[in-house]
Amino acid sequence: MAGERLDEQTMAIRAAKEFQDGMVINLGVGIPTYCSNFVPPEREVIFHSENGVIGFGPIIDNPDDADENLINAGAQPVSSKPGMAITDHGESLCIIRGGHVDITVLGVVQVSEKGDLANYIIPGKQIGSLGGGQDLAFCAKKVIALTTFSTKEGEAKVVKECTQPLTAPRCVDQIITDIAVLDVTPEGLVLRELVPGWTAEEVQALTDAKIIVPPDVQEMTLL
Amino acid sequence: MINKILESFDEAVADMVDGATVMIGGFGGPAECPSYLIAAVARKEVKDLTIVGNTGGWGVNLLAILRERMAVILEIAEDWYDPGLLVQRGQVKKGILCFPAAPARVLTPFEQGVLQGQVELELMGQGTLCERMRAGRGGIAAFYTPVGVGTVVEEGKEVREFNGRKHLLEHAIKGDFSLIRAHKADRYGNLVYRGTGRTFNPVMAGASTVTVAEVDEVVELGELDPECIVTPGVYVQRVVVRPKEPRPWDEAM
Repeated sequence: MAGERLDEQTMAIRAAKEFQDGMVINLGVGIPTYCSNFVPPEREVIFHSENGVIGFGPIIDNPDDADENLINAGAQPVSSKPGMAITDHGESLCIIRGGHVDITVLGVVQVSEKGDLANYIIPGKQIGSLGGGQDLAFCAKKVIALTTFSTKEGEAKVVKECTQPLTAPRCVDQIITDIAVLDVTPEGLVLRELVPGWTAEEVQALTDAKIIVPPDVQEMTLL
Repeated sequence: MINKILESFDEAVADMVDGATVMIGGFGGPAECPSYLIAAVARKEVKDLTIVGNTGGWGVNLLAILRERMAVILEIAEDWYDPGLLVQRGQVKKGILCFPAAPARVLTPFEQGVLQGQVELELMGQGTLCERMRAGRGGIAAFYTPVGVGTVVEEGKEVREFNGRKHLLEHAIKGDFSLIRAHKADRYGNLVYRGTGRTFNPVMAGASTVTVAEVDEVVELGELDPECIVTPGVYVQRVVVRPKEPRPWDEAM
């Protein structure tokens, strides 16, 4: 019997562990947006959003404090913060395309063992929105795919080959899920961490992707 | 004397013709959207437009839902009219867009138009779209970018390798009109913006034959700090001030 799966907030805590002091970070919509709530206070990171707000503060959840002229790329109101800068959209995308974003955390429809990412068409729809996600997937220094390992219906999202249209081929460096953390390497998909209660065999049984299991797989910790 | 301030939104788009290519500023929220210029284009009933921008709009019905759902985090003004109004009214034949599809199972008017075969979509990422506009504004015919190789964006484009990486040839876009939103203007058309109200608006300024700015306020020449002007007036041909109180889209103004 496999262990419990992490909830979305806990997945975001694990992803935020990757953010080092001084990094420029771009968070995709969905689960990745929660990451901004879990940066350890001793680390100063710059959150970048495609619509040209750089170094913003926490997301605001009260309409009395919200400013329609200060939103992130998910159209959520955010707070101003000392050191924040505003640019136009072209400049903001230059920051992405020029390789100045250290980490982007993106949501997933499918991610393959080679690091192919499909996430721009919602399953069941025919038309998708690339937004700024394609630029991020191609150009960020490190791309983290943050996702449940399987859909609610039990279909694997970490797969051997993507069947959905790609946002970007071979772009994902690390896959953080609700049961395991995996790295995409030139040798293939390598298991690094397991959520307590899970075994490598149980994770492998959920996907047709080939998972390489080195001898030093760690138990996932959040701090 | 230079004076780019017009009294009427209708006058600002009076010379727009059927088949025009129209860049529409904004990102997807209310504050950065040139609502009254879009309303004037709707009233003018020009057809076969190619719209260029981030979204094809949410349209009247989705906006109503969005307003209700967003109320817990952000109050949205009544006078938010977006490109979806033009799509809904059958005025659009093509969209060059980054975000045509709603991020949910519901369909935008643009998605419906594509599915019904009435509207054509040219999809690309925001970086490529911004760069194509900047190239249009700056007299550059085309450029190479690695973004989109191996995806739907590559279809029909020249591929060339630089530094061992494949790149796509992307062409400049020039519009007939850029409809943008800004915070303050002077009579030379110099513009400043507010916060994330900036987004695509300055990128489109100067990328079309005629750039029209919808602004909150006009100030005296010299009042805007030259160090802080984001869009120099040379890129802007017309400026119109938004009404103080919300007005319905279908009222001449």
